Amino acid sequence: MSIFEQISPDFLKSRNVTSGPFRQMFNYSLIWRWAILLTSAVTLLPLILITAVDYNFTQKSIESENLLRTLRVASNARRAISFFLSERKSALSFIVHDKSVDDLNNPEKLAALLKNLRDSFGGFVDLGVIDKNGFQTTYVGPYTLEGKDYSDQQWFKEVQEKGFHISDVFLGFRKVPHLVIAVRHNLPDGSFYILRTALDTILFNEHLSSLELSGRGDAFLINHQGIIQTPTRYQSKIFEKIAYAIPAYSDNTEIREDKNIAGDQVIICSAYIPDSPYILMIVKHKKDMMQSWSETRLKLIGFLAVSITVILMVILGFSTYLVNNVYLADQRRLMILHEMEYSNKLASIGRLAAGVAHEINNPLAIINEKAGLIKDLFTYVETYAADARILGLIDSILASVERCGTITKRLLGFARHMEVTIESISLEKVLDEVLGFLQKEAEYRNIAVNLDIAADIPEFQSDRGKLQQIFLNIVNNAFGAMDVGGKLDIAVRQDDTQHIITRITDNGCGMSEEDLGKIYEPFYSTKTKTGGTGLGLSITYGLVQELGGKIHVTSKKGAGTTFTVSLPLEPPPKTAEK
Amino acid sequence: MRVLLVDDEVEFVATLAERLSFRNIEVDYATKGADALVLAKKKVYDLAILDMKMPGISGIELKGLLEKQSPTMKFIFLTGHGSEDDYKAGTSEACCYLIKPINIDILLAKIKQATEE
Repeated sequence: MSIFEQISPDFLKSRNVTSGPFRQMFNYSLIWRWAILLTSAVTLLPLILITAVDYNFTQKSIESENLLRTLRVASNARRAISFFLSERKSALSFIVHDKSVDDLNNPEKLAALLKNLRDSFGGFVDLGVIDKNGFQTTYVGPYTLEGKDYSDQQWFKEVQEKGFHISDVFLGFRKVPHLVIAVRHNLPDGSFYILRTALDTILFNEHLSSLELSGRGDAFLINHQGIIQTPTRYQSKIFEKIAYAIPAYSDNTEIREDKNIAGDQVIICSAYIPDSPYILMIVKHKKDMMQSWSETRLKLIGFLAVSITVILMVILGFSTYLVNNVYLADQRRLMILHEMEYSNKLASIGRLAAGVAHEINNPLAIINEKAGLIKDLFTYVETYAADARILGLIDSILASVERCGTITKRLLGFARHMEVTIESISLEKVLDEVLGFLQKEAEYRNIAVNLDIAADIPEFQSDRGKLQQIFLNIVNNAFGAMDVGGKLDIAVRQDDTQHIITRITDNGCGMSEEDLGKIYEPFYSTKTKTGGTGLGLSITYGLVQELGGKIHVTSKKGAGTTFTVSLPLEPPPKTAEK
Repeated sequence: MRVLLVDDEVEFVATLAERLSFRNIEVDYATKGADALVLAKKKVYDLAILDMKMPGISGIELKGLLEKQSPTMKFIFLTGHGSEDDYKAGTSEACCYLIKPINIDILLAKIKQATEE
């Protein structure tokens, strides 16, 4: 037997009887399936729905929070860079307004100013004064740039037009990345000069790299042409063009989704730095941004899976328990119903038999006495005594009357013993009575019945009617299993001082192992087509138990069957009380 | 030995009485309880063979009435029915209980057994 068969409930193992007297009230297998399906549907659907809504909501919420945070970081960085540049530009403006052109053209004073600027603001590399023709008249710094001509440079023209200039980052003469801020100052005579300074980009870079960007996040500057201005961690090198589209101009910080060269989804946050050629770029991998969501999602799905498993197990267990209990109750109901029907049927047969026997007994008694009298006359009156033929005929009538009388008495006895009575029993008589009922059938079918009762079998206390039913059922079954010319052996022995053992062996068709395991189950019958109810052996089993005995069966397919009934010499206390 | 035989089936009771008389038993018979009581007043009987179910006075009732008249009288019951009540009454009230049709030899044996007791 497989594990599934062992753990599967009774109603799944049973056959679904849909018609006839043993019809089950419900299709239990179907009820079970529907119970599980419907209960699962009403419990799991809301759970799954709520989880799906929560999944979606949480995902959107985390995504939106991440975008906002990135926007905030970008806005702050934009303000910081903008402030950095305007602060230094204002410092230059202050100097040109505060100092005279002569002071600025004094190298010593200019050097003192450069020192002050370095100390106060930081980032200043050099300082130079350029006249209206583009010549650098005075210069303080690490290089020799005095007298250099900038007149043909674009930035010189821009300063003349706009009044100030902030350059792209470039290597210049010093071969280190730097930028230039230049401011124009008009003189009373209508001419002008320009104060120009080179700024180190280290402060810039430090600020950008200090931004808190999770995972593979990157923050850098590009110019309006898309050329990278500051070092990056994961993008192209400085002074190369970025791999993404240049963001369109906007006064605000903008955010958009894009794909990088590797095809990964990225979030790009961009902000134009006012009055400068720079655009701040923050690039983040969407996967990194949603890292926290991945963890939350895993927990959510795990919780859902565990919940579904637990709910399904509870539903399965509880549905099986309930349906099985209803099934068992239905089985008990059927069993009791059919036992009652069976008892009623037997009682009716008993009453009918008693009525018939009584009606026949009286005329039979008259025939008996009349024939007896005739015989007496022939016996006691000498005149008739010689006629042997008539005496023979009378004996034949008397023998027939006696035979009829035996049958009616047996019927009366059978009817009387329907009721529960403990009395002193001779097993031999009981078996004789039982076999008496089947004697004609045995003769017709040429079945040899051997009754072998040990001489020392005592009378014992038991219920005659029940014993008759027990042996009648077993012998009936044996007759049913045998063909014409079969052989039935009944042996009675006393095995110890407490029990009488009766072995009933037939040489009929026998039973398979599968049938053998189920013969005492109610409604199990191999003879359903020929009117078997499947109750005979079930009731027999119950009766033997009731009398405190045991029943055991061995069988071999095609060879025959042996029933062994062990009966106690004293009935069990419960039965005896009845 | 005097035996009183009572059964409502006249054919049965008359024939059985005649058969018993062949066997040297003095038998009177009646088909009603009342007639039996009249007979018992006139003679003393050793034994009464009574049918259990009779119209009027039943076998059991008749036994009680006869016992009052003749306390030493023995009884055998006959029945054609064999119900549980008959069985209980027959086995407790009388020395024996026979179901019809009866074997004359068994009846004689029971008569002998009853009277010897």
